Amino acid sequence: MAAPEYPGLDTLALHAGSQPDPATGARATPIYQSASFCFPDSDYAASLFNIERAGHVYSRLSNPTNAVLEERIAALEDGVGAIATASGQAALTLAIMTLMGAGSHIVAAAALYGGSHNLLAYTLPRLGIETTFVDARDPQAFAAAIQDNTRLVFAETVGNPGLDVLNIPEVAAVAHQAGLPLMVDSTFTTPYLIKPFEHGADIIMHSATKFLSGHGIVIGGLLVDGGRFDWDASGKFPTLTEPYAGFHNLVFSEEFGPAAFIQRARKEGLRDFGACMSPTTAFHILQGVETLGIRMHRHVENTRRIVEFLNQHEQVSRVGYPELEGHPDQALASALLPKGCSAVFSFDLVGGREAGIAFVDALNLFSHLANVGDAKSLVIHPASTTHHRMDAAALAAGGIGEGTIRLSIGLEDAKDLIADLKQGLRAAGKVAAKQSVTP
Amino acid sequence: MKITIDDSSVYCYTNSRNIDSSKPSIVFIHGSGMDHTVWTLAARHFARHGNNVIAVDLPGHGRSTGAPLQSIPSMADWLEKVLDALEVEAAAVVGHSLGSLIALDFSARHAKRARALAMVGTIVPMPVSGAILDACKNNDHAAFDMLTQYGLSKRHQYGGNRSSGIWMVGSSLRLYERSQPGALYFDMNACNEYQNGLQSASAVECPVLMVLGSEDRLTPVRGTGPLQEAFHQPEVSVIQGAGHTLMMEAPNALLDALHRIL
Repeated sequence: MAAPEYPGLDTLALHAGSQPDPATGARATPIYQSASFCFPDSDYAASLFNIERAGHVYSRLSNPTNAVLEERIAALEDGVGAIATASGQAALTLAIMTLMGAGSHIVAAAALYGGSHNLLAYTLPRLGIETTFVDARDPQAFAAAIQDNTRLVFAETVGNPGLDVLNIPEVAAVAHQAGLPLMVDSTFTTPYLIKPFEHGADIIMHSATKFLSGHGIVIGGLLVDGGRFDWDASGKFPTLTEPYAGFHNLVFSEEFGPAAFIQRARKEGLRDFGACMSPTTAFHILQGVETLGIRMHRHVENTRRIVEFLNQHEQVSRVGYPELEGHPDQALASALLPKGCSAVFSFDLVGGREAGIAFVDALNLFSHLANVGDAKSLVIHPASTTHHRMDAAALAAGGIGEGTIRLSIGLEDAKDLIADLKQGLRAAGKVAAKQSVTP
Repeated sequence: MKITIDDSSVYCYTNSRNIDSSKPSIVFIHGSGMDHTVWTLAARHFARHGNNVIAVDLPGHGRSTGAPLQSIPSMADWLEKVLDALEVEAAAVVGHSLGSLIALDFSARHAKRARALAMVGTIVPMPVSGAILDACKNNDHAAFDMLTQYGLSKRHQYGGNRSSGIWMVGSSLRLYERSQPGALYFDMNACNEYQNGLQSASAVECPVLMVLGSEDRLTPVRGTGPLQEAFHQPEVSVIQGAGHTLMMEAPNALLDALHRIL
């Protein structure tokens, strides 16, 4: 008797977590736009508050619509559970607050989304949590930066915006050797391109605003627990292994085993910090997730054509896509990301900052805005927008130059995108030509 | 709570409470390759309702050390030692799958120590396919996959968990993956080789409840007739839509069912 095959990604993206609505038979997941839920009697109420029964109390803590999204993403990532949060930033904050307090330390890749960098570099130190940033491409740099008070290793599956491919197996081994979990931001890759838990990661976060949704109409995040990290064996996480006075001395690892982290995050972090997702937002994200597989396939297909075009263009000095010959991560990307390296990438224009501005301003089809992962193609100049708080050294550490352009390739016809890029490159070329004749 | 039996450390989840001799006691026994955490919701519930709750980790499982036991009677005898160590005279015994056979054998052979018997996701005899046994014996992940997939109803393989955000397939797999190599084989083999179940059932004197999942593919309802006949008027609760993994698939309905006897 062989085990039946597990449902595939496209099937799970449509069905995981949902059942026809028990009240109405509705096939689509309804929006349970309700702050609270009635208790049939006092004992039932007490049992919900005391984690004896499964159910909903108050939508900051859980909600039936959100629960479908959470279970679906947990299924797609092959985790034990997930929590939907108000944003990707909220997911990152929730994870950190669940694992540590003042006096703790994080080792993070230098190549990070600007918002994550802000939180780690500027805000958390105010709360007594310090971060050491290291080269995302160097697993030994992660090892060297780990201190006695380190409680988390954090990186993106592919760095923003340089697409540094994280060697998840090696960095996970470094983290585990030190009794630490590896958390990855898989926003750019989604479970279609890589399942980080299969490679050793322990916690995954997503900005669901991006590819998971695809439509760009909501802000949301997901935090996913892989369920394999042994918190007790590590001995470094009292929030998970020691009695919690805030919940009648509940010991999360004792009562929830593999789901200790995600349960503590919900019972404490979501309860106290309150960065929950609106049920309407969860509904919108679910609509996007349903088509994740076919969208990501098209995103990558378009990206490969545009990368090929840019890589041969005389106005482009560098294209940072790991599938290209000579890219430092080409072999690693081939091993970890065979289906593609996301649809966000950066390139450098001949002519630097001024050429970059001319390029962005000349585009019509690409939308100039601060987002990625939309069905529509997007463009931005990181040095003046998403990463503007970083100084030159920090920018360089993140692989960003003053003339770097970040593209997020959408689902339009590739020929139309290339036509738009051509006119941008013509504008950039004129600026570069002027620079070359200026004494 | 940790106690020592036969030189091994035994973990019992008690909802962080000491055993109070003035309260009735309920023992919860997990299934093959699992641990006490499968009973967390029920144990918390009955603790709040004035019971001593004792959710054990069988030897070599969860937080208990020692070698896994290899037969249902040896597990039932071990359970008696647990009650001795905790100075519990008699308890209601609630078991899931493997645990249900342990509870049955304990209730039959240590009748004075069992005040009620609840068998959840059960069948007697409980034959295990050669393919599953072989995979378990080889510590092959396919054993975890088979037991996870056949353990859930077809509907619940796609989720729909009442516990927010928890993916049942992942939760089941992670528990199996945590099991000590060999433990799952000894558990499944013990189920397969336990041939005295119907005789044991006829010897049980305490009130009996059977909780079954209508979509259970490992211990299907249709095969439970002989066991129901062997008991003296058992209570039987069939939870519609649930498979074998009742604690995850139907935690609230299971609680309601257990209230019929506890």
